[in-house]
Amino acid sequence: MNSRKYLKVYKKFLHTSLASELEYKTNILVDLITAILSLIGSIFLLTIFFQNNGYIGGWKFEQALIIQAIYTILNGITNTWFNPNLTEIVKHIREGTLDFVLLKPIDSQFFISLKKINPSGFLEIMLGFFLLFFCIRINQINLNLSFLTLSLITISCSICILYSLWFFISTTTIWFVKTWNAIEVLRSFLYIGRFPLNSFSFSLRIFFSVFIPIAFITTIPSEVFLGLSQLWKILLEVIVATVFLITSRRFWLFALKFYSSASS
Amino acid sequence: MISNLINRKIFTLLKVQYSNMLEYRVEIALWAISGIIPFFMLNIWTNNNLNESINISDIMLSRYFLCAFFVRQFSVVWVVFSFEEDSLMGKVSPYLIQPLNPFFRYFAQHIAEQITRFPFAIIIAFFFFIFNPESIWTPNLGILLLSILSTFLSFLIQFLIQSIIACLCFWTEKASSIERLLFIPTLFLSGLLAPVVSFPAYVKPWIYLTPFPYLIDFPANLLSGNETNISGGLGMQILWILLLFPLFKKIWSKGTKKYTAMGS
Repeated sequence: MNSRKYLKVYKKFLHTSLASELEYKTNILVDLITAILSLIGSIFLLTIFFQNNGYIGGWKFEQALIIQAIYTILNGITNTWFNPNLTEIVKHIREGTLDFVLLKPIDSQFFISLKKINPSGFLEIMLGFFLLFFCIRINQINLNLSFLTLSLITISCSICILYSLWFFISTTTIWFVKTWNAIEVLRSFLYIGRFPLNSFSFSLRIFFSVFIPIAFITTIPSEVFLGLSQLWKILLEVIVATVFLITSRRFWLFALKFYSSASS
Repeated sequence: MISNLINRKIFTLLKVQYSNMLEYRVEIALWAISGIIPFFMLNIWTNNNLNESINISDIMLSRYFLCAFFVRQFSVVWVVFSFEEDSLMGKVSPYLIQPLNPFFRYFAQHIAEQITRFPFAIIIAFFFFIFNPESIWTPNLGILLLSILSTFLSFLIQFLIQSIIACLCFWTEKASSIERLLFIPTLFLSGLLAPVVSFPAYVKPWIYLTPFPYLIDFPANLLSGNETNISGGLGMQILWILLLFPLFKKIWSKGTKKYTAMGS
């Protein structure tokens, strides 16, 4: 009953936001070109790194491409769902329209996390999958059921971690009002996810697995694809993702207690 | 008399914008932090000994990336985003009535922001030197002045390019997606992620014909004491400004004729 209601509401969300985004058709085309150029640029950067070295952090060029593919997919997901919605929180809080969200007979986190959708991100996700299939061919990975389940689990965990990070920072808006630039900081840290974790120095590796678990987001799924990953790493990622999801939920409910509407 | 008036205008604008920017200190500090990508790149370069192949020592490379960070800090431009918001909200109309080109206002905003940002950039550089004490150096006064000049020219080039894109708002309303498209070549070709000398020989001569390497690579090489062609670089920067300025004036005069205020 309840889940059916949410599904119905989500369909309405999809309909309205697609309708409004498709008003700007040239924008979508420009965004597609941006996504393609961005992928070409990062592959170009990788070729510079590999032009005189066979390995970086123990990864071959073909293997490092998998990380690029997974990064592109996750970036597409960020651009489709997280970015348009969670930047909206800032607006809701600054203009006091969060009141209207809280009054609705629906979960507020559900509403603000899924209200909008940016269709140009889909193209980026597709681009990432193309590259991923290409990588599966050149790395001669055989697809079997256990591999598919494991990769699906790790990628979903990555999405959960990524979502929690975004949601966490957006929630802090309730206290700080303007967090555009905190999101920029997160974005620049996420940039690290384009490269294998082992290519960084020890201290940075610790930083990016303990404080901001960017390491988990792309490196572990890529290792699963290559069959290099140990079971404990996958388990660890599942645990981290669960902890992040629960904490971000708790944090949102906690932050709402401090919300005082604008001009009151 | 006239120059006195212009001076007073510019001085007042700067003063207003500076106090405005000081209100957003935390924002600007976070923004400064979000520019640390060059340090992550440095970590990849030195940790994998990638710089051996391009004959740049660890120390010179770390100075290069530190300078790239600095140049980027003082040449960040966001005029297109401000202008887009102002034009969508209809704020451009009152600006147009004033006997002052609205871009002077944005220009003063950027300069004021750079002044606010300066202490934060120094703090980040201080931490960088704590971790890399061997890379401390003092450029001589002449070089320092020249690199400040070339950083300012780089800022001017980017400001002009973005102003031209911003003027497209008169036609399309959403011009920021074009800016995001143009940011991709800026990111990969300007030398922020990898010095342009490391690029493969078959693309290098072409890249030097574009404005991008003069945005970060040239000023950073100049300041860090890496090998570079000083007169050639400055000449190219001035050439690009001379090319872009008339274009901006033209598109501005055409755009203002096209402009119709929202809701009128």
